[in-house]
Amino acid sequence: MPDNTPWLLDIRPDGDEGLELVLGGRWCMDGNLPAIDVLAEALVEGIQRVRFDGSGLAAWDSGLLTFVAGTARICAGRGIAVDTDGLPDGARRLLAMALAVPEQKVALRSAERAGLLAQVGGATIEFWHGIPQMLHFLGEITQAFARLLTGRARFRRSDLWREIEEVGPRALPIVFVISFLVGLILAYLGADQLRLVGAQIFIADLVAIGMVREIGALMTGIIVAGRTGAAVAARLGTMQVNEEIDAFRTLGISAIDFLVLPRILALMLMVPLLTLYAGFIGMLAGLLVSVTIFDIGVHEYYTEVLRALQLKHFMVGLSKGTVYGAMIAYAGCLRGMQCGRSAEAVGRAATSAVVTAILLITIAASIMTIVYYQLDI
Amino acid sequence: MAETRPTNDQPFIEVRALTMAYGDFVVQRDLNFVVNQGDIFVVMGGNGCGKTTLMRALIGLQQPAQGSVLYGGEDFWSAAPEARQRLKRRLGVLFQGGALWSSLTLAENVALPLSEYTDLPQAHVDDIVSFKLALVGLAGFEEFYPAELSGGMKKRAALARAMALDPDILVIDEPSSGLDPLTARRLDELIVELRDSLGTTIVVVTHELASILSIGNNSIYLDADTHTMIATGHPQLALESGDPKVRHFLTRGAT
Repeated sequence: MPDNTPWLLDIRPDGDEGLELVLGGRWCMDGNLPAIDVLAEALVEGIQRVRFDGSGLAAWDSGLLTFVAGTARICAGRGIAVDTDGLPDGARRLLAMALAVPEQKVALRSAERAGLLAQVGGATIEFWHGIPQMLHFLGEITQAFARLLTGRARFRRSDLWREIEEVGPRALPIVFVISFLVGLILAYLGADQLRLVGAQIFIADLVAIGMVREIGALMTGIIVAGRTGAAVAARLGTMQVNEEIDAFRTLGISAIDFLVLPRILALMLMVPLLTLYAGFIGMLAGLLVSVTIFDIGVHEYYTEVLRALQLKHFMVGLSKGTVYGAMIAYAGCLRGMQCGRSAEAVGRAATSAVVTAILLITIAASIMTIVYYQLDI
Repeated sequence: MAETRPTNDQPFIEVRALTMAYGDFVVQRDLNFVVNQGDIFVVMGGNGCGKTTLMRALIGLQQPAQGSVLYGGEDFWSAAPEARQRLKRRLGVLFQGGALWSSLTLAENVALPLSEYTDLPQAHVDDIVSFKLALVGLAGFEEFYPAELSGGMKKRAALARAMALDPDILVIDEPSSGLDPLTARRLDELIVELRDSLGTTIVVVTHELASILSIGNNSIYLDADTHTMIATGHPQLALESGDPKVRHFLTRGAT
């Protein structure tokens, strides 16, 4: 039966300059043990020795050891001798082991938190230091592409196909749902305005050009950034944690060729295709709304779409899709390769990959829109 | 622990007719053995013989295909969830790779089982954590994250976490893998000391010969070819008079 005798601690004087700590009862972690403070009060000026008497102990575990170790620590700080001979043998041996290795002074570090200004400053400096890293990575990828074009890049073709399958076909359902709903919203939005001038047939132009040129690529980019960009970063990050990337390096195999290239290629090939698909689905949604709600004939809609769409719209959409794909791959691979060596770092890498990808997509979208406008495409 | 445990006539840990399998692939069949209180029980065998699988069955991570694991006569796998939880609380486990939680500092790693299972005030938890870390030679490393430690330090920190609650049973997977001989020996000494001082029963899964022969006082040998145990008892006896296969293993193929 468990012994429920509580702990007993009797502090008595032992001669003029000594203290005797008589321990009794049950000193286990599941009981409420005395705080070390009780001792600090008893250790008045002039005490030279502390002696333990553990003959009355009924049971003990780390609770006792912690108390004795704490006593020893306080006493060592004040130059008081501690005599543990009265404790059980096992406890004495464990204490000796714990005290055998001195505390590592170098290991102690300040726990103080930086102030707000210092944190802002630190973050800014970190951001600036991040830019050369990003450029460096871009340079490495460019070199890898040069190797690819001259046929010297080493990666497994099966990896490329697996990535292509992961990025493309498996994203079809989610791209379908999102593009359909966006097409629907676009049609309603347009219909509301166009009705005022009785030009509802132009819903077809609006949805077709909007989806094919801009929104298809943007929606696909954001979906793929969340879906694949995060996955790439997490995958590469985990490989970093497991030292798999170091293993590539030591073998003289370029991790960029082997891991990054297939992912960039897969994304640059698949995102434009998904963009086309998104545009098509968006137009379908527009058709559905026009026919069922706004009384436009199927044939009428079809002719209008054919009249509105030109090759340049497809080229713009496809070029944007390709660039977005490259941005997602770049962000995912960059954050994955930069990943630290812990599970937490992998999580941060995935988050950071998505944020970076969406940021880059937005910047690229703005630049390309302005350039195409200026070129009158 | 040095206190008297509830004793009955049941063996401390008993494994009865245990068969472990992955789907149709039987890793080990029909294991029967008893671990007594205060044993340092070595599970030995070559690579891939199912040592770790047996460990996972013992600590409740993998349900065996057949048979039972009894702690003090209580069947672990057929126990109710609360009873199973209570049995688990008596176990400390040191995983092969340490399995320290990488987002927590060493102090937080060791403190988590304590704050989860005891009502100790924070100051006491801190003291216990410092003591446990000192015991494994890591005093002063409280605020370090696992990623900042060497392999041997991680292993020792993981041992400190496994011992946090002063478990009755400490299950250790490959204690010395990745450690230098001196660190490995210190770890062995610590294991023996834990048994002697606190009465902890220790189950060690290993193929490290030096450890097997120096610390083990009871053992089983799992054979990868026949998929069952072919020796049990003190490793020294197995070396002297056991099955030729076991002798072959324990002498690194010299006999």
